[in-house]
Amino acid sequence: MSIYLIALKAIVTRESLRFFSQRWRFVAALVRPLVWLLVFAAGFRAALGLSIIPPYQTYITYEVYIVPGLCGMIQLFNGMQSSLSLVYDQEMGAMRLLLTSPLPRGWLLFCKLLAGVVVSIAQIWVFLALAWAMGIDMEPLGYLAVLPVLVLTGLMLGALGLLISSTIKQLENFAGVMNFVIFPMFFLSSALYPLWKMGESSPLLRDICAFNPFTHAVEAIRFALYLQWNGAAMAWTVGSFVVFLVLALWGYDPARALMRRKTR
Amino acid sequence: MTVPSTVALSVEDVRFHYGPKQALGGVSFTVEAGTFRALLGPNGAGKSTLFSLLTRLLVAPEGRISVAGHDLAKSPRAALARMGVVFQQPTLDLDLSVRQSLHYFAGLHGMAGKRAGVAIDAALDRLGMRERAGETVRALNGGHRRRMEIARALIHDPAVLLLDEPTVGLDAASRRAITAHVHDLAAGGMAVLWATHLVDEIKDGDRVVVLHRGLILADASAKEVAGEGSLADAFLRMTGEEDAA
Repeated sequence: MSIYLIALKAIVTRESLRFFSQRWRFVAALVRPLVWLLVFAAGFRAALGLSIIPPYQTYITYEVYIVPGLCGMIQLFNGMQSSLSLVYDQEMGAMRLLLTSPLPRGWLLFCKLLAGVVVSIAQIWVFLALAWAMGIDMEPLGYLAVLPVLVLTGLMLGALGLLISSTIKQLENFAGVMNFVIFPMFFLSSALYPLWKMGESSPLLRDICAFNPFTHAVEAIRFALYLQWNGAAMAWTVGSFVVFLVLALWGYDPARALMRRKTR
Repeated sequence: MTVPSTVALSVEDVRFHYGPKQALGGVSFTVEAGTFRALLGPNGAGKSTLFSLLTRLLVAPEGRISVAGHDLAKSPRAALARMGVVFQQPTLDLDLSVRQSLHYFAGLHGMAGKRAGVAIDAALDRLGMRERAGETVRALNGGHRRRMEIARALIHDPAVLLLDEPTVGLDAASRRAITAHVHDLAAGGMAVLWATHLVDEIKDGDRVVVLHRGLILADASAKEVAGEGSLADAFLRMTGEEDAA
């Protein structure tokens, strides 16, 4: 095995061990989408009528509609949280250790992103299993077909988190990122309502949603769960990933936090 | 004059500024294989900045750093491969076992499987930590956590071991044990650079670089720096500080 793959395996193993050794963290990560599924979806079920739109071939309940969006939400939170922790102090020490590895920084950061994706996929599968237990099931093979799509969407959202944390100095805490990144991305997407429904109230909002990479991540996940291929959503996701990653690697500077402290 | 081939770490005229504030103003010294080199300076002397430059967290705009003959600016990966680092702040995953943590680090240096296992056992043996391998890091006391970090820094068989105030926050017994362990490593052939502001961690035979406000005030054996009096007195006199032990 090349030293690149050995390092990748080591980083993914470490992130997984850390995540699963903290059971409360695993439970906490599942509470958010479950609350949306159990409370929000139940409330909206009566209010929202959904027509038959691809990939669905029949009328569906609102709970069924929002499951792919909640999968995306798990990855959105994970991506932002893990990337922010890379730059700010919580993981500064661990990051310094990582960067003493004699491998290119770009590769180490990619490994770190991929490790975050592996953890998010574990959360998503448990979430999907719980949804299944509640009677919200997908195509049986969809649970497997969604895997490569989740790797891609997770990498895209992780790279976005890295880009945000490496470029916007003001967003020093997670609350700021919640308000200015996660909420707008989540609400201005097809996670909670289909684009045509959004278009009924505001064509402008629909256009913004259609431009939002998170919309395309959610649609790619949604189609894969029903064993269908959404080429446009995949292309948007791949394109966004490449752009975010290139910009993030270009902008990432592990010395920034240190310099900021010292020059204050 | 030292023979160039034994120089494991060489720092030549390294300068660094935080904005307009000078942190290092032309620092030069070498660390030879088999020597314990203390970087002695009060808080704010520039020790941590130098460590950030040595570990490539910061890049020195001026000067040259080389590790085992590899220029850190030109061949950073070759240089990092020969360097073991113990940071001032702990960099441990508390919920992982000692062995899991060490495997993670071995992986970062491209070591896996049996090769990693053998290197980890050897490093644990050197620090007397073998029997703790299965415990979680959280279960270790401060002294053993530090020892584990030192063991970790040795896994990839570095030419030079850098330690940035490694005894901060430890009790007297742990401090003494760790200082003795690292002196043993130097006696065994390792080049050691040990940053500290505590003179009692330095033995008479150690080489000492006294750093103050980013400048080197002395570079000699501890005995020579101390002169007629004690090293603590000489250090206080040079730096005008009062926090040396």
